[in-house]
Amino acid sequence: MSGRSPRSLPGRLASALAGRTPLLPRRLRVGLAFGCALVAAALALGALASRPPAVGAQDGDVAGGAPATTSGGAPATAAQRAEGRRLFLAGCASCHGEDARGIADVAPSLRGVGAASADFYLRTGRMPLEDPQDEPRRKESFYDRRQIAALVAYVGSFGGPPIPQVDPAAGSLSQGFRLFAENCAGCHQIVGRGGITTGAWIPGLQEASPLDVAEAVEIGPYVMPVFGDRLTDRQVDSLARYVRWTRQPDDAGGWGIGHIGPVPEGMVAWLLAGTALLLTIRLIGERTTR
Amino acid sequence: MRGSTSRRQLLLAWLGLRLLRRLRRRPRGAAPPQPRRAEPPEALERETPSTARAERLAAALLLAGALAAAGFVVLYVVRPDTQLLGLCLGGALVLCGIAAAFAGKRVVPQETASEPYEELADARQVDDVNAIVREAGEGVSRRGLLAGAAGLAGATVAAAAIVPVASLGPAVGDRIAATPWRRGRRLVDRDGGAIRPEDVSEGSLVLAFPEGADRDTLDAPVMLLRFPPEQLEMSAARRAAAPGGVVAYSRICTHAACAVSMYRHPLHPPTAPRDALVCPCHFSTFDPRRAGAVLFGPAGRPLPQLPLQIGADGELVAAGGFFGRVGPSYAGEREGPA
Amino acid sequence: MRLIPRPDPVREPVRFVDERLGAGSLLRSTLRYVFPDHWSFMLGEIALYAFATLVLTGIFLSLNYVPSDETVTYAGSYAPLHGREMGAQYESVMRIAFDLPAGNLLRQTHHWAANVFVVAIALHLARICLTGAFRRPRELNHVVGVTMLALALVEGFLGYSLIDDLLSGMGLAIAYSVAASIPFVGGDLAILLWGGEYPGATAIWPRMEILHVLLLPVAIGGLLGLHLMQVIRQHHTQFPGGPRSERRVVGTPLWAAYALRSVGLFLIVAGILLLLGGLVQINPIWLWGPYETALSTNGAQPDWYLGWLIGALRLMPPLELRFGGDVAIPNPFWGGALYPLVVFGTLYLWPWIDRWRWGDRERHELLDRPRDNPRRTASFAALATWVFVILFAGSADRFAFRTLISYEAQIWFLRGAAIVGPVVAYLVARRLCEELRARELRPLRGWSGQVVRVPGEERAGERREDEAAAEAPPRR
Repeated sequence: MSGRSPRSLPGRLASALAGRTPLLPRRLRVGLAFGCALVAAALALGALASRPPAVGAQDGDVAGGAPATTSGGAPATAAQRAEGRRLFLAGCASCHGEDARGIADVAPSLRGVGAASADFYLRTGRMPLEDPQDEPRRKESFYDRRQIAALVAYVGSFGGPPIPQVDPAAGSLSQGFRLFAENCAGCHQIVGRGGITTGAWIPGLQEASPLDVAEAVEIGPYVMPVFGDRLTDRQVDSLARYVRWTRQPDDAGGWGIGHIGPVPEGMVAWLLAGTALLLTIRLIGERTTR
Repeated sequence: MRGSTSRRQLLLAWLGLRLLRRLRRRPRGAAPPQPRRAEPPEALERETPSTARAERLAAALLLAGALAAAGFVVLYVVRPDTQLLGLCLGGALVLCGIAAAFAGKRVVPQETASEPYEELADARQVDDVNAIVREAGEGVSRRGLLAGAAGLAGATVAAAAIVPVASLGPAVGDRIAATPWRRGRRLVDRDGGAIRPEDVSEGSLVLAFPEGADRDTLDAPVMLLRFPPEQLEMSAARRAAAPGGVVAYSRICTHAACAVSMYRHPLHPPTAPRDALVCPCHFSTFDPRRAGAVLFGPAGRPLPQLPLQIGADGELVAAGGFFGRVGPSYAGEREGPA
Repeated sequence: MRLIPRPDPVREPVRFVDERLGAGSLLRSTLRYVFPDHWSFMLGEIALYAFATLVLTGIFLSLNYVPSDETVTYAGSYAPLHGREMGAQYESVMRIAFDLPAGNLLRQTHHWAANVFVVAIALHLARICLTGAFRRPRELNHVVGVTMLALALVEGFLGYSLIDDLLSGMGLAIAYSVAASIPFVGGDLAILLWGGEYPGATAIWPRMEILHVLLLPVAIGGLLGLHLMQVIRQHHTQFPGGPRSERRVVGTPLWAAYALRSVGLFLIVAGILLLLGGLVQINPIWLWGPYETALSTNGAQPDWYLGWLIGALRLMPPLELRFGGDVAIPNPFWGGALYPLVVFGTLYLWPWIDRWRWGDRERHELLDRPRDNPRRTASFAALATWVFVILFAGSADRFAFRTLISYEAQIWFLRGAAIVGPVVAYLVARRLCEELRARELRPLRGWSGQVVRVPGEERAGERREDEAAAEAPPRR
């Protein structure tokens, strides 16, 4: 680089276009390449640190922040139950049996599971499940609201826990945090980012509406424990409030990088800081004999 | 050529001087000799790359850094937001750093110089030191005896000096074996209320502590689960310790002392993994229906079961100490009752 | 015409020091001291400047930290923790983060600096091992360096464990179990260190603080001084080529170019760490909450430089050795104590293993490029692969979460990979180095084109391929 006489910009451009000389000096090209690599690494990191591969984003929240109670509102009518029966025979009976008493080794009986179970599984798209051996996961709901209400009415007619009432505003955030740490963090991670256990995948809770939380806590879906009896309504409200809060935790320190701690932190240390510092010393230091 | 002759003479004169210096004897007891100085390095190359543009750029970078640093001070007083403060101070240092590094490459003169690698070893000094040290043995006849005695004294004194380290903490004693659980001790929840068997339903997990004892020790927290009695695959003694199918296990993993906070309870057992208590640290998996047996993971011992019985008022109380040692295994300690 | 002559701003201070301390010749040789300035030689400097940043930010933190586990009820400005019971040490760090201006900035900068410190040491260590800089007369310096790496790991662990948040509290429990697993002395050692059974006596918090704030930084600082003194005394190594030789070190004199570049690097390192400290969140303890023995969370990890240990603990099969009723070797020993012992033992003995392997007892000032000793490079690649495969195993659960690949399957795969991976890495690295060297010696090797020469014509400077190859190989 030393000793090169400055040439006019048009001259350099022409020369570069002709393919005779590079437009930028080598150092700058290298620097640019590293810079792009850095940006790419940062973007990759950001993407990696963001949402897990949960498919679909069906939010059961009622718009406007009103407490989500039932998905229908009015008590079930006979017409709904009939419609529900019709839908059940079409989409659910192949695994759950025509009488909803389940089929051995395939699917459980739905007698006594309650409207809460049906509402939870259907609204979050976990049912219908293609392969009974699969782990049910949140997806785009297969049925629309009206159909879900009908199915819930039908399944709920067999008895069991009704759709719970939950009001996050009535709960306490600090109590919810404490309850979550004690009961939920072991599986769902302290800020609800999900995780795994041996034999099962545990979802993150950013897409869970307060009603989802209340229903899941009541029924204990898939391999989740049943908390219904142990938690008072106020406690469930607090938990729902905390879970909703975890969608946007307090990132007083800056970019949250996924809120799961040292794994993305280590990646930042190597891929961001490490790359930046390597680039720096490449530029400052020498590479060959002069 | 006159030039080369005079250069040769100079060279000879220089060599002669060096030879003289080496031959000169230093009298004993005089001032200690000067430390040997490195030869002055030869400059191989030197250039002055500085241009007005480069200098202006360096100055501009420094001024930008100064601005950012001033911004930091202002923000600290007015609005100490972590992100803005970091941006300002970090930015200031980075800008000044770039200015310094840039100046170090494009403003100040760039020199390449060379120096000799010093010969560190000096065999003569080593011999001298060796001789001096051995001089101390002059006139000493029983070297072996003295050396042996000194060695023994050194070893024992060193050992004695290390021993007070034990004062840093207590001995093991029965600290590991003793737990706050004994026959009749009530199980209470976090708020201190008694727990009845009806409070533990199938599929739920209840965290419990010994009444009136420190909750933070490894042997305090236990987990209550309920299974239909016919589903418990345990010995008769263990089954008897689980009244009505309510079984209690230590919360603390037998691998590395984390809290076993995952309870995997299948809603539909044929299509989901079986009941298990799983530790989130290294995923040791324990079977609560088979007395805490290890299903997966690095734990070497099953999760200890706490025997339960129904107390006078129908609440759950401990029926004795744990089956097995609570917490991680301790090397050199007995395992404890099975 | 000035009545009082203006004092020379350079000569006067130098004369002042020289008259009183006789430092003139020292200054002279210092200013003219020659540094080889290859970029890879600056990796150690990055570590040095990260350490300086750690000390400076650490002073602020240590003046605000409270080393006590007394239970307090939180009443500070962070709402979700209101009314929660926590230790005084956790509460003091919450105060630093939320109630002191620039508190969170300095706290995060300190933690980022710790992570980057170990990154830099790792890269620097790799450079040393791959270029043969550890050979005579620098074996002692290598030992000092590896010791600093070990101390840095302990320092970092102690630093974030001082807070007693949910994540670090879990880590302390694991450390307790690893201490308890050391054969013969484990039980006594764990009880001794923790002042009783876990969670230990109140006294461990001031002890941890003293270790982290005074004893270990002084030890690292002292070793650092030794390290730098040896480099200065022996002069830095250099790559061969040009005027550089085993006898003469060629580089840039300290004053002014090298000094400016170093100062620049210091400021850039500190600046990058501050930028990270302000812009990228690290260890958000307010999200984790305080630790309790009965609590744990999914996805808990130690800081990256201890990831190899959690990986080893997860990968080990459930092997515990028992004799009669005594537990002789509990499981955490293999992954938590024996494995790091083997790795650090190998690193410590590296110069002597290398000497035994190559029978090379000569003094070396010139470095090998990694490709110049393919087997040494390949051995280091194998060691690094062993460590990094196991480090990856430490975060296998997050990988399972993202990719839906079963955790158990990953553990089995990684157990195999930890054995096979280093072998593969060795073979690949060795082959790569040999290929690179071969291409240098014979630049047209593998080229399948054709040189067509018009008979009778020969341009100046043109040579045939075998003539070119017969020349000395081009060295950097």
